[in-house]
Amino acid sequence: MSHIPHRLEVQNISIGYGDKTILRDLSFQVPHGSRVAVVGPNGAGKSTLFKALVGLLPLQKGNIFIHGEALGLHKDCVAYVPQREEVDWRFPVTVSDVVMMGRFSQMGWFKQPKSYDKEMVHKSLTQMGIADLAGRSIGQLSGGQQQRAFLARAIAQEPHILLMDEPFTGVDVTTQEATLRLLDHLQEKQVTAIVSTHDLNLAGSRFDLVLLLNHRLIAFGTPKEVFTKENLAQAFGNSLLVMENGMMLVDECCPPDEEHYHHHTEAQ
Amino acid sequence: MSFLLEPLTYEFMQRGLLASVIVGVLCAVMGTYVVLRGMAFLGDAMAHAILPGVAIAYILKGDLLIGAGVAAVAVALTIGLFTRDGAVKEDTAIGILFAAALSLGVALISTMQTYAVDLSHILFGNVLGVSVSDLWLIGGLSFAILLTVAILYKPFLVISFDPVLAATLRLPSELLRNLMLVLLALTVVVSLQTVGVSLAAAMLVTPAATAYLLTRRLLPMMIVSAAIGALSSVMGLYISYYFNVVSGSAIVLTATLFFLFAFIWKRFKKQY
Repeated sequence: MSHIPHRLEVQNISIGYGDKTILRDLSFQVPHGSRVAVVGPNGAGKSTLFKALVGLLPLQKGNIFIHGEALGLHKDCVAYVPQREEVDWRFPVTVSDVVMMGRFSQMGWFKQPKSYDKEMVHKSLTQMGIADLAGRSIGQLSGGQQQRAFLARAIAQEPHILLMDEPFTGVDVTTQEATLRLLDHLQEKQVTAIVSTHDLNLAGSRFDLVLLLNHRLIAFGTPKEVFTKENLAQAFGNSLLVMENGMMLVDECCPPDEEHYHHHTEAQ
Repeated sequence: MSFLLEPLTYEFMQRGLLASVIVGVLCAVMGTYVVLRGMAFLGDAMAHAILPGVAIAYILKGDLLIGAGVAAVAVALTIGLFTRDGAVKEDTAIGILFAAALSLGVALISTMQTYAVDLSHILFGNVLGVSVSDLWLIGGLSFAILLTVAILYKPFLVISFDPVLAATLRLPSELLRNLMLVLLALTVVVSLQTVGVSLAAAMLVTPAATAYLLTRRLLPMMIVSAAIGALSSVMGLYISYYFNVVSGSAIVLTATLFFLFAFIWKRFKKQY
């Protein structure tokens, strides 16, 4: 086992914006094809971690290895679906145009799509249940449909690692179900899925591993190992409620959108 | 028929027509990115900012296109200098340079004896004064710019639509953005001769904005935009010939009419 490189290896990284560090001294290893839930309170650094994993944010220190090689050497193998897409919704592209963009890197930036690329686009759209919307302008879709279009694009990339930031938050039930089915499908295909979520019960029931964050790594392991009273208290403090039947509720009615605020200032 | 053929018996009209069509197509294609990326203000500023370069070339009896090109690069670099480390916001820097360059240009031109005629040529173009060598330069530069846009179609699409995807796919976004600015500057320079400094921005924005109303995908938008640009150029030039108005104005007004028709058509379609 030890000679096979882990799909994703994070060694002692710190990430932040400018001088401010949001995540400190993070180390963990994600094996081949596992489903990892990333949980933690708002502002704990979940989105920040994802941005670092795709190279959108530089590391303040440490290393990230994918298949044993440093981040950036594997151009095609990580796909990322952000919490809220920061795209130009008025741009003249159809849903299938958007999904085809996921193929650009593999088909070659200066080449025309081949039949395989078109097939991948169709398959991905069908999988997310939006094949009938292929010809629509991206701006005409509902929020959930838009998210499914971007998930379809991520599948079309044929990634080894798929990162999804809060795919279950603020979307309709159809989209949530399509996303859950996608998780199962990814496991069959041996694709590593790393998903952030607020839903601790979902994290406990549908994922192999849980990464508990609050500006640092609090725990990483199977849901059983991670969801102990001590760990949860460290991550959520008093805002967590554990019901008698084992249901876990987080009381966070007014989330401070700090991470996203920082991202906007960074983008300018 | 003779109505259409008569102007073409003059060689300067043939050259003018060819130059107008090339510039119309070029501006319309670059214009799709100007419209989609919200660079209309930048395009307008760049067009005005090259005025001092043109004026100096004019005074020195040098090539106007070269003067314009030097000025365009100088302005682009100065905008970069002012906005480095966020010292001044980009649109503020553009606004300052735009006004300063325009004033400097007009000041330089006002020292000339044939002030009124020269200023009008520079501001509104002099399509009938296109020489054979001008035509080669316009044609060659336009071909190079359009070829670059065609080759970089996919990278330009991704950096314009979804910068986050561009970053995850490791596209050199900063380099591509700068290249797009250079292409835009060159486009403005090329359009100087036909529509002039003050109307170049209109040719960048109007056909592309019209095409945006009529299409739903990028490539069709470019093609429709190019067609409107070419058609406006031809029709404008004939109007200019028969009604004896400045060609640049005639071309831009024709393009504006297309825009108005498209706008009304779109409104009508939405309501009924």
